[in-house]
Amino acid sequence: MDSRRIANAIATITTAVAAFAVVGVLIVILGYISYQGISSLSWQFLVETPKPVGEGGGIGNAIVGSLIMLGLASLLGVPIGVAVGTYLSEMGDGWFGSTVRFVADTLIGVPSIVFGVFIYALVVLQQGYFSTLAGSLALALIMIPIITRTTEEMTKLVPKTMREGALALGAPQWRVTLDIVLPAAMSGIATGIMLSVARVLGETAPLLFTAFGSRFYNIYLDEPMAALTVQIYNYAISPFDEWHDKAWAATMVLVGMILLINISMRYVTRKRY
Amino acid sequence: MNSAPQSKLFSGDTFFRLSLASCASLILLIVIGMVVVMTNNSWLSIKEFGIGFLYGTTWDPIKGQFGALPFIYGTIVSALLAVLIATPMSIAVAIFFVEQAPKSIARPMAFLVELLAAIPSVVYGLWAIFVLAPFLREYIYPPLQSSLGWLPFFSGSATGLGMLTGGIILAIMITPIITAVVRDVLEAVPMTQREAALALGATHWETTRIVLANASSGIAGAVILGLGRAIGETMAITMVIGNRPQISASLFEPGYTIASVIANEFTEATGELYISALIEMCLILFVVTFIVNALAKLLILSVGNKNTAAG
Repeated sequence: MDSRRIANAIATITTAVAAFAVVGVLIVILGYISYQGISSLSWQFLVETPKPVGEGGGIGNAIVGSLIMLGLASLLGVPIGVAVGTYLSEMGDGWFGSTVRFVADTLIGVPSIVFGVFIYALVVLQQGYFSTLAGSLALALIMIPIITRTTEEMTKLVPKTMREGALALGAPQWRVTLDIVLPAAMSGIATGIMLSVARVLGETAPLLFTAFGSRFYNIYLDEPMAALTVQIYNYAISPFDEWHDKAWAATMVLVGMILLINISMRYVTRKRY
Repeated sequence: MNSAPQSKLFSGDTFFRLSLASCASLILLIVIGMVVVMTNNSWLSIKEFGIGFLYGTTWDPIKGQFGALPFIYGTIVSALLAVLIATPMSIAVAIFFVEQAPKSIARPMAFLVELLAAIPSVVYGLWAIFVLAPFLREYIYPPLQSSLGWLPFFSGSATGLGMLTGGIILAIMITPIITAVVRDVLEAVPMTQREAALALGATHWETTRIVLANASSGIAGAVILGLGRAIGETMAITMVIGNRPQISASLFEPGYTIASVIANEFTEATGELYISALIEMCLILFVVTFIVNALAKLLILSVGNKNTAAG
């Protein structure tokens, strides 16, 4: 009897310690980023382009580059992802639906660098140059399976009775899906989209050999483009302390953006239950 | 009303269904396209080295010798280290959230753990270079070496950048993923099983062990999913593993992974054979992670199916 109670107590304490330790790691990382990053953060840093060591410079072009590529990737990834997700929830019960669902699920776990190499072979090698467009395509490929799965989960939450009601009134299935189901699931789908945006905002590997990076402001789709993550990587692996400080400041900006999206999205969905 | 659309050969519903289905088939096309394009672009290397690519140990771009074994070794060892560290941790955390902590504590904490998964790989790498690696070098590796240095794993001098540091940062990165999946799996075990055990006089821990046994295949799936992530992680491991293509028993020594060598050498690779060999590595990475993830998915699904069938 006693030994059983002791085992129980040990188990409770061990798991609690583990949980607090993992949360502790998060706090240590976030705390360190803020501590290191805050001193180099300034308006100039946010708008200037990178400059040689000792001359200042910042991440303005990288922020703009990340946003442009995110926008383009969303333009392609969101409609396709939502369409596939809708297909899976509304008519994906057969073998074809199960196969697509399984493959989409499995694609989520495929390393992002693989999508980068794929786009390199497909686009960059053919065209002969790194480009914004190639970077956006790689990001879109990463977004599609994530949006597919969240859209499916969210549309499935729409009560069956709503569909049945509309069908009973004589609406064809496509009207039911477009006018009833999707609007009802819209906020959930939007949350999924934002979370996938946050995910690809942090991607580095697929951009290394698609968008490649650039030291200038650029809006052309057929030229190399800077990204916040690639800029952090370049600053981080440089031998200069000054650039390491810039890496921390840029990280603070990036992690701030990603956590803001994550926290606000989870807050929005939490309120609905 | 009902007969009108059916009489048309091409109704709105058929059109809608077909257009959505064609979008869905795009997913399959992407996967097939990836295999075809990457096989095509690595054909030069596949033809030149054949199966020997997998066990060749020389990586010499200048002489045109490409063997992948040091990278395969580095990938496997770093990923296994990560899983070894992360698995007990993640399962304990998941048990705490599902079985022990009151909802008011478990929910916000689980959310914080999920935030760990949202932090980008490059940020983990940055933190690992400047904080984790120096910390391990100063405070963890010296005692490890003096007490266990007779083991080949802990021989040699530790610079902080090497296989073990890589494994530890990967472990931190996959812990939230394994935790989230184990949590879902534990929650899929019906409440009635816990009630039955508690009613028979079992303690909380004994009840948890019964639940764990029931969820075991799902937990295995979660661990394999974590393994898949660790195999494919790129930026963080590239920044701390040391990037030297060697096979060494010592975990303090630098290593190299498949994902790292692609990230490091791809843009600088000159010569068709060199690029071809790197793309072949990527193809291997793709096929392996795809299979690993598919396996994990099947195992995780089996828990849900078993319990819906029973309950």
